[in-house]
Amino acid sequence: MLPRFWRKIKYRYNLVGTKCENCGSIYYPPRNICPECRRKSRMVEVELGEKGRVVTYTVIHDVPESSKLMKPYVVGIVELDSGARVTAQIVEDPERVRIGSRVRAVFRKYGEEGEDGIIYYGTKFVLDE
Amino acid sequence: MKRVAVIGAGMSRFGELWNMSFRDIVISAGLEALEDANLEGREIEAMYVGNMSAGRFIAQEHVSALIADYSGLASINIPAIRVEAGDASGGVALKEAYIAVASGIHDIVIAAGVEKVTDVGSSSEIMDSSIDKEWEAFNGATLAGLFAMMARLHMHEYGSSEEDLARISVKNHRNAVNNPKAQFRREITVESVLNSPYVAEPLKVLDSAPISDGAAVLILASEDVARKYTDTPVFLDAVVQSSDYLALQNRRDILEMRAVKTATRKALKLAGCSLDDVGVFELHDSFTVTEMLLYENVGIAERGRGHEAIRDGVVEIGGGKPVNPSGGLKACGHAVGATGIRQAVEIVYQLRGDAGKRQVDAEIGMAVNIGGTGATAVASVFRR
Repeated sequence: MLPRFWRKIKYRYNLVGTKCENCGSIYYPPRNICPECRRKSRMVEVELGEKGRVVTYTVIHDVPESSKLMKPYVVGIVELDSGARVTAQIVEDPERVRIGSRVRAVFRKYGEEGEDGIIYYGTKFVLDE
Repeated sequence: MKRVAVIGAGMSRFGELWNMSFRDIVISAGLEALEDANLEGREIEAMYVGNMSAGRFIAQEHVSALIADYSGLASINIPAIRVEAGDASGGVALKEAYIAVASGIHDIVIAAGVEKVTDVGSSSEIMDSSIDKEWEAFNGATLAGLFAMMARLHMHEYGSSEEDLARISVKNHRNAVNNPKAQFRREITVESVLNSPYVAEPLKVLDSAPISDGAAVLILASEDVARKYTDTPVFLDAVVQSSDYLALQNRRDILEMRAVKTATRKALKLAGCSLDDVGVFELHDSFTVTEMLLYENVGIAERGRGHEAIRDGVVEIGGGKPVNPSGGLKACGHAVGATGIRQAVEIVYQLRGDAGKRQVDAEIGMAVNIGGTGATAVASVFRR
């Protein structure tokens, strides 16, 4: 069971992060305070773009109960071309994924709370080659 | 600041302790430590208890009061404080206990750690709550998965292999054979590790520490008080805690554990020694790759060469930098909130010469306990 406010977070569906106008650093997920500048932070929302490359990845075999239908699945850390990094599933045949693979973001279902419960959506990635 | 000494150490068995409740486990460790210190119990002034997730593992919160009560310390009304920092909870409890004595506020305190995981709850999902639940776990990452991503990147950049990681597991199992409190007292082979099923590629079941029941207890005292109880105290010369970004994705360098680097270097400085002086290590090996990355981040091996430390035997009991003579989390068992204290107990045994067949000859020992993928690190330095 996830806290319900999560599904209302727009940043989960659209790759929107924050940029500190004081130092130029970009963050995803968004932050209220820049870890570099702290009180001098000037945070504004920025679109992070949907394309990037795989920094590293794994194939999860021992999956959480809620994800057992997806087993096994690929999850990785993707660095978007804007510089922000995202941990997300990569919906591809594990054999095709490599460190450095080009990927793009897609909108996908992540899970559900039973047959009548709410459905979770979020960002996943597919190969873009 | 007062110098802090360890005057008593004890631990329960680690493993699936079906016949013992949460309170039984922690009391068995506590009694052993009291006996070791030759204390009656009344001398204790405060208690710090590392515990990650009793609320989810056994549906019991307020465990500080529970443990004070069942260890017979509620009747003397001492403060009991629960400390949570993922699987670094024990290490942070040790740090809090250390500060209490070093500051002069208390003379004799208990640093404990305990976890009971086999009663209720899904242990691996609860372990995943030590990573960023909202931005890592929600998106499909698990604790094992994040360490697997680190392992994959290390292999890609530096040529380490699944065999190298397997050797770490084999070493820790071999060491645990001589540890009567260890969960797995049997040797395994590189082949058996490589043939065990994947948890998260490239990590396998036998690359992963078990999630165990267990407790460990240290009794700390100021130096002047310690001399009344023992002629040969082991001194706790530094305990340093550091933090890092919770989510791995937010660390610019995925293989650099800055919390570990900061904590270990500060601890060595406070203890007035260098890494070369340290003769025995207990390093957090929640996964084999965790131990390999700690070789590099603690400074036993250079960046990108952690796998050479295991290939060359440097980290074996007979090597120059013995790591995890107890068997580590892998074979001794990972009773999450107890682990940081359990590591410290092993260093104390080693420095006192009480480690039996796994004995290493060392004057100074270091324990490093981390939480999650390294968002918390606690380094402690002991000297005999």
